[in-house]
Amino acid sequence: MFTEVFLFMEQQELIPHLFRTEYRKITAVLGKFFGAENIEIAEDIASDTFLLASETWSIKGLPPNPAAWLYTVAKNKALDYLRRDANFNQKIAEQIKLASPEAEEMEIDLSEKNIVDSQLQMLFAVCHPSIPAEAQIALSLRILCGFGINEIADAFLTNKETINKRLFRAKEKLRTEKIKIEFPGLAEINKRLDAVLTTLYLLFNEGYYSASQDVTLRQDLCLEAMRLTYLLIENKSTNLPFVNALLSLMCFHSSRFEARIDNNGETILYQDQDTSLWNQELIGKGEYFLNQAFEGNEVSKYHLEAGIAYWHTIQTDTKEKWKNILQLYNQLLQIEYSQVAALNRTYALSKANGKAEAIIEAEKLKLDNSHLYHSLLGELYTDVDNTKAISNFKTALALARSTADKGLIAKKIKEIR
Amino acid sequence: MKDFLFLFRNTEAGSTHSSPEEMQAITQKWIDWISGIAAQNKLTDRGNRLAHEGKVVRPNNIITDGPYTEIKELIGGYTIVKAESLEEAAEIAKGCPGLLSGGNVEVREISVL
Repeated sequence: MFTEVFLFMEQQELIPHLFRTEYRKITAVLGKFFGAENIEIAEDIASDTFLLASETWSIKGLPPNPAAWLYTVAKNKALDYLRRDANFNQKIAEQIKLASPEAEEMEIDLSEKNIVDSQLQMLFAVCHPSIPAEAQIALSLRILCGFGINEIADAFLTNKETINKRLFRAKEKLRTEKIKIEFPGLAEINKRLDAVLTTLYLLFNEGYYSASQDVTLRQDLCLEAMRLTYLLIENKSTNLPFVNALLSLMCFHSSRFEARIDNNGETILYQDQDTSLWNQELIGKGEYFLNQAFEGNEVSKYHLEAGIAYWHTIQTDTKEKWKNILQLYNQLLQIEYSQVAALNRTYALSKANGKAEAIIEAEKLKLDNSHLYHSLLGELYTDVDNTKAISNFKTALALARSTADKGLIAKKIKEIR
Repeated sequence: MKDFLFLFRNTEAGSTHSSPEEMQAITQKWIDWISGIAAQNKLTDRGNRLAHEGKVVRPNNIITDGPYTEIKELIGGYTIVKAESLEEAAEIAKGCPGLLSGGNVEVREISVL
């Protein structure tokens, strides 16, 4: 009797994220099957499948092979849909048959290979240049990552309506632009991959720099961005140097995830972090992908940013470290200007060549509306001219929006006094 | 020890709008709850889920789709537990995760007479 109970208890723990993981696999395969213009049918069938799983497993417990159970149900529901909707059946079934004439009967292929292929092709469809960037990220989270509307809204610190509108617009684009769920041709792949990497980069940053207090959620966004980037690396035709550079950058950044957020979800600045919390395994992975990234001659902005992130994983603060970081920022700014890069370059300059030189350069940037600019000036003037330091920090305080930023700046002012 | 039937009722809403992660969390709560009953050796039959579709047959050959046309609450499933008394059975039912989402549990003694 007791063994029976024990056996019964043993298999009752669901694998973490099982629903989310399988949801995105099923949605990708069904989305590919029904076509991008019918992506909602795929989503509905996937949702229905999980609802049935939830209701059934709640009472009966887990089936021996939960994934197989889900695939069978999803397949049956998809075929039921085709049978039920005669109109749809005629129109779409023909297209599906045209697309793969060798298929006698419509088959929904939930093999590992087709799941991966479908997810990659879906990634290209979702990151199509005609879809606005924020809509791409929302749609990626929904379709490719299996996030719920609430979870996406929390990540963006916005409400459900906004997210629903973004998703609606993205799906409308999929329809009106007749975007196909397929690999782009060889001639196009670099350009299209560029768009995909931009989205993955933004998705990662959304998690890494979000002001959301939900640390687990933020970490999930970063992991999802890394997972999708890794899908590209595992695929031969997309395993390119700049993809490896991006993943390397993500590994280096996420190695500090534990160290950069305190128990209250507040940011801990780089120089104040407990370095024993840096994840050495991720740093190692970052180094591996960085080496892979330099297999070619090309240097992208991801290479430079990964290089900068690499130097940040070295704990000892040497002039050499900051000279290298400075050079990398110099190159980065030449490829693509951004305010953050300009500010960070100036900070690196102060570390490499001293504050006096950095102050002169900083005053030239004239980013008067940015709280980060005034924070940097405050930092540079500290111990050089404390009156100027405080006045800059005060301007920064007035310009900063998030409570986390305000808190950090207020702390700085206190420290000077 | 007597057997008691738990009938799980839920409102139709609040279903597919949940995210996969949320649905998984709910499922795990149910599994944990029922496993907890089994651990006390009080589970007679895990029972089953009932499909949403159904028909109600009435006198004079009247068959309607249902039962949701008449009542908003739907019986989603059942489980059979063992308890000394109706009170003890009701105490067990208090832990049902369905209660957290607006559902309820009807507890009935299974009379063998």
